[in-house]
Amino acid sequence: MSAEFLQFLFSGVTLGATYGLVGLGFSIIYNASNVINFAQGEFVMMGGMGTVFFLGLGLPMPVAILAAIALTTLFGFGLERFAIAPARGANVVTLIIITIGASIVMRGLAQVVWGKEFHAVPPFSGDEPITIAGATILPQSLWVLGITVLLVIALRFFFEKTIMGKAIIATSLNRDAAMLMGINVRFVLFISFGLSAALGAIAGILVSPITLTNFEAGIMLGLKGFCAAILGGLGNGMGAVAGGLIVGIAEAMGAGYLISEYKDAIAFVLILLVLFFKPSGLFGKTGTERV
Amino acid sequence: MTSRQNSIKKTIAALGMVAGAFAVTAQDAQAADPIKIGTFLSVTGPASFLGDPELKTLELYIEKLNEGGGVLGRQLELVQYDVGVDSKKAITAVKRLISQDEVDVIIGGSTSGATMAVVPLVEKAGVPFISLAGAVAIVEPVKKWVFKTPHTDKMACGKIFEDLQARGLTTIAMISGTGGFGKSMNGQCTKLAPAYNIKIAISESYGPKDTDMTAQLTKIKGVDGVQAVVNAGFGQGPAIVTKNYRQLGMTAPLYQSHGVASKKFIELAGDAAEGVRLPAAALLVADTLPDGDAQKPVVQAYSKDYSEAYGGSVSTFGGHAYDGLQIAVAAIVRAGSTDKEAVRNEIEKTSGYVGTGGVVNMSADDHLGLDLSAFRMLEIKNGDWSIVK
Repeated sequence: MSAEFLQFLFSGVTLGATYGLVGLGFSIIYNASNVINFAQGEFVMMGGMGTVFFLGLGLPMPVAILAAIALTTLFGFGLERFAIAPARGANVVTLIIITIGASIVMRGLAQVVWGKEFHAVPPFSGDEPITIAGATILPQSLWVLGITVLLVIALRFFFEKTIMGKAIIATSLNRDAAMLMGINVRFVLFISFGLSAALGAIAGILVSPITLTNFEAGIMLGLKGFCAAILGGLGNGMGAVAGGLIVGIAEAMGAGYLISEYKDAIAFVLILLVLFFKPSGLFGKTGTERV
Repeated sequence: MTSRQNSIKKTIAALGMVAGAFAVTAQDAQAADPIKIGTFLSVTGPASFLGDPELKTLELYIEKLNEGGGVLGRQLELVQYDVGVDSKKAITAVKRLISQDEVDVIIGGSTSGATMAVVPLVEKAGVPFISLAGAVAIVEPVKKWVFKTPHTDKMACGKIFEDLQARGLTTIAMISGTGGFGKSMNGQCTKLAPAYNIKIAISESYGPKDTDMTAQLTKIKGVDGVQAVVNAGFGQGPAIVTKNYRQLGMTAPLYQSHGVASKKFIELAGDAAEGVRLPAAALLVADTLPDGDAQKPVVQAYSKDYSEAYGGSVSTFGGHAYDGLQIAVAAIVRAGSTDKEAVRNEIEKTSGYVGTGGVVNMSADDHLGLDLSAFRMLEIKNGDWSIVK
């Protein structure tokens, strides 16, 4: 019974860390621009598919990974420069709609260039499961967890200790004031799109040995990552990861102890409940709507 | 695309000829018209691994037939619509095929959902329709105008249960995708199990886009007396189930369905696929079939043609399209015209046709015409298929 519980927990944590990583990307762009970037899932897909593509060209694994991250980051910059920046005066809803359009374009591109088939990225350090107290976990899951933790710490440092990070936070709090303080708001936006694209790509590369990937893989991961970000409180990096873990564990426990057919429903009901009692998410800032 | 453009050019040429020789009778003009074959497939979307090889196969062989002088002295023209996995799009496409394009026969419907959605339309309009989808409900009960070429999920269950009996296993667990295919096969297996004295101890499910099934499998692992696990599903789900199965160290024999019968499955599941058994058409093991096998020359030829034209390896799904086209063309030849009633009657009389899916013997109450011998039980060994004796 306890081994069973541990197994459900492992499954949930692996899934949850994935969702959390995707959620992180949502948070960064939201922080900088109050825009929810619905192309985040496509960044994730590009990371995975890009790695498959570069591996196919015969590049060694580390080079392929870096190339895939670079490619996705370029797309992030491109999205900001060619789609978001020209619509600078537009309101947030318009910008969100632009990101939805961008996600469709990226999905279409991936489908045309890379094909429609599923692909698997080889795991970083073998496929041999590790047994802990009767439950098993894949080495790749540990990679996902470890890198998620590292990224959260790095991002915290970035936002609290570096000028660029502080500039992003300042821009999110009050764009006009930030501009008056000499912050280059356009550059902040540009950087944050690149940053969250890179994060998305890393998430995609980490999880695709476990989840497999194809041109549509970003839809589901993007949606779950969005849920994680909302649940944890939009704009809060730690919150996104915590939200991801909660969704993942709820899904795994739901599938394990209740009925597997309703596992998605369990996660969504949980989100509804949280939002009902705490509309800004578990760790979100409350009541600072600017007028 | 090119075959379509070609046939458009040819149609224009034919129209030119008709216009030039104004005195020709209506009869002659009709003889120059192409025979129109309509199709609606899931060329994009989650079921694109079905629709893509199906469309490529149809295009390839229609071109080949046209190069060989066509059928009844007329060229063939393929009219195709991509419907994704959207039943509504399938309905629109079939409406257009029937009333606007006025096709002579319809071959298509990659998914059971799309097929079942258009059955009422086809039945009402009276157009011969050969479906390429799996569910047994397409031909049971028999519908006058509807035929199909792929093996049914019921047959897959039968084949798996036969193998279980041979190995002396009686208690199984099922894990099924919640998509149409998994649901349907799960239902058929559940219905068929008592006939083979097989007890399904536990039945779990997962969503078609889920990325982790360890929770469900852990639950199965916890049930005493499970001797084998059957996974009903297609797409990437079964590959993840297989990986998770090995991760959990489960050792009972794992059976997959014919839904994953393509090399892609072995590639995705990697080492975890070793020892997995599944029922599949002869096409997959074209080269390892014994020499006396009636299907060997057919599947080898198709395999060669397809690989030469498109590269990559064949999947059974393209083979279903090949069979559909061959059955339809043979029926048109036997009928001597494209009269829909006559063609339908001839399709129903198909007998002894050796295709990629098996030997087809249709009748008034069997619009599929395959028996269990059409399936081979395969085991994955050393990253390749091998036939279980």
